[in-house]
Amino acid sequence: MSDSPVVRTLGLGKRYGASWALRDCTLEIAPGSVTALVGSNGAGKTTLLHLIIGLGRPSAGSVEVLGRSPRDEAENVLRDVGFVAQDHPLYRSLSIAETLDMGRRLNPRWDDAYAHERIGRLGMDPGHRVGRLSGGQQAQIALTLALSKRPQLLVLDEPVASLDPLARREFLGGVLEAVAESGVTVILSSHIVSELERVCDHLITLTDGHTQLEGPIAELLARHRLLIGPRADAASVARVHDVIRESHTERQTTLLVRANGHVYDTCWQQHDVDLEELVLAYMGHNPGASFAAPRPEAVAR
Amino acid sequence: MIAFHLDMRSGVPAYLQLVQQVRHAVRMGILRPGDQLPTVKEVVSTLTINPNTVLHAYRQLDMEGLVEGRRGVGTFVVENPQLVPPEGLDALRATLERWVTSARGLGLDDEAMAGLFGEAVRGSSSTGESRVA
Repeated sequence: MSDSPVVRTLGLGKRYGASWALRDCTLEIAPGSVTALVGSNGAGKTTLLHLIIGLGRPSAGSVEVLGRSPRDEAENVLRDVGFVAQDHPLYRSLSIAETLDMGRRLNPRWDDAYAHERIGRLGMDPGHRVGRLSGGQQAQIALTLALSKRPQLLVLDEPVASLDPLARREFLGGVLEAVAESGVTVILSSHIVSELERVCDHLITLTDGHTQLEGPIAELLARHRLLIGPRADAASVARVHDVIRESHTERQTTLLVRANGHVYDTCWQQHDVDLEELVLAYMGHNPGASFAAPRPEAVAR
Repeated sequence: MIAFHLDMRSGVPAYLQLVQQVRHAVRMGILRPGDQLPTVKEVVSTLTINPNTVLHAYRQLDMEGLVEGRRGVGTFVVENPQLVPPEGLDALRATLERWVTSARGLGLDDEAMAGLFGEAVRGSSSTGESRVA
């Protein structure tokens, strides 16, 4: 598999009337990565994903998928992209078998054996109507449609938002098995962060249409520290490190910092920051601030 | 066959938890030379974790000389797994017990001791970790 990014955006922006839903978005998605796209509702996640799959024209900047424009060269690009929209829309009156048949007819590349084998493995009856399936099962059908294209890129828009915890696990398990099997690159958007740490290895956060955090999750977490100590001015820490969030009680100061090197001052108790805390801290921060973590050298498998 | 589990709240990176569980299983004889580790796909299926995490763990164990990957077949425990020899561990344990006795003598409770120990561990492992902006 080549090393060039599966998705590359440069100053990408989308405006609806006078307001920008997405602005100044520059990022790369590496092959084989599983990227979480995180942000509150209305932050621009769906806009970004739609631009990536060629739905809508950029108002500024550019987007490339597998080296090509997903909108101008849709015929060549989209055969390699699987997409599951929010709430996984399906035709409720079709049976599962008919739905798979639709997939077979609509896609130039389609692995019918894989599709049916997957449905069988999930314990579903191909004769059942889609409308009578549970939310989790419908999500799995939508995922099967996307995966049976044998795509190089899988784009999932809030795929588990409406699912119960078990269905969430099963859905994400299915996605990760596909990654393990075929090395497919995944971008999945979510407004819930807590479960993503075990599933995703890269993160992009969006706030008000701007990217704030970007990079490998391990690097982002390694660069940030929670410092707790006696009530103090953040100024001396801020001289060396970037203070992302500070809070004070009468006797105690808590700082979430992006460290530039080691934190040597021993008056601070140091803690790791988890992903959810990190995202929340940046979301509450000045929206203009951003950080892209350095990428380690790619390791050959 | 080993069954992995993950504690996402422990602060220990996921890949390292898998590494530690394999080391422990080999030490305890749950995993023996020649035994196969679960495939990446099996671990991903059971734990719903990123396959790269499993690969990272297995690569680390390979580097430590505990397992070897056979392309297209799987990952197996080697014939002579290199673990810290038992005599080394006994000496370390004795030192630690003396330290705990001294600490209690000074009035430290469990949490205070854990805090001191944690700082010392972090202090020695962070030399490779610091990054200059």
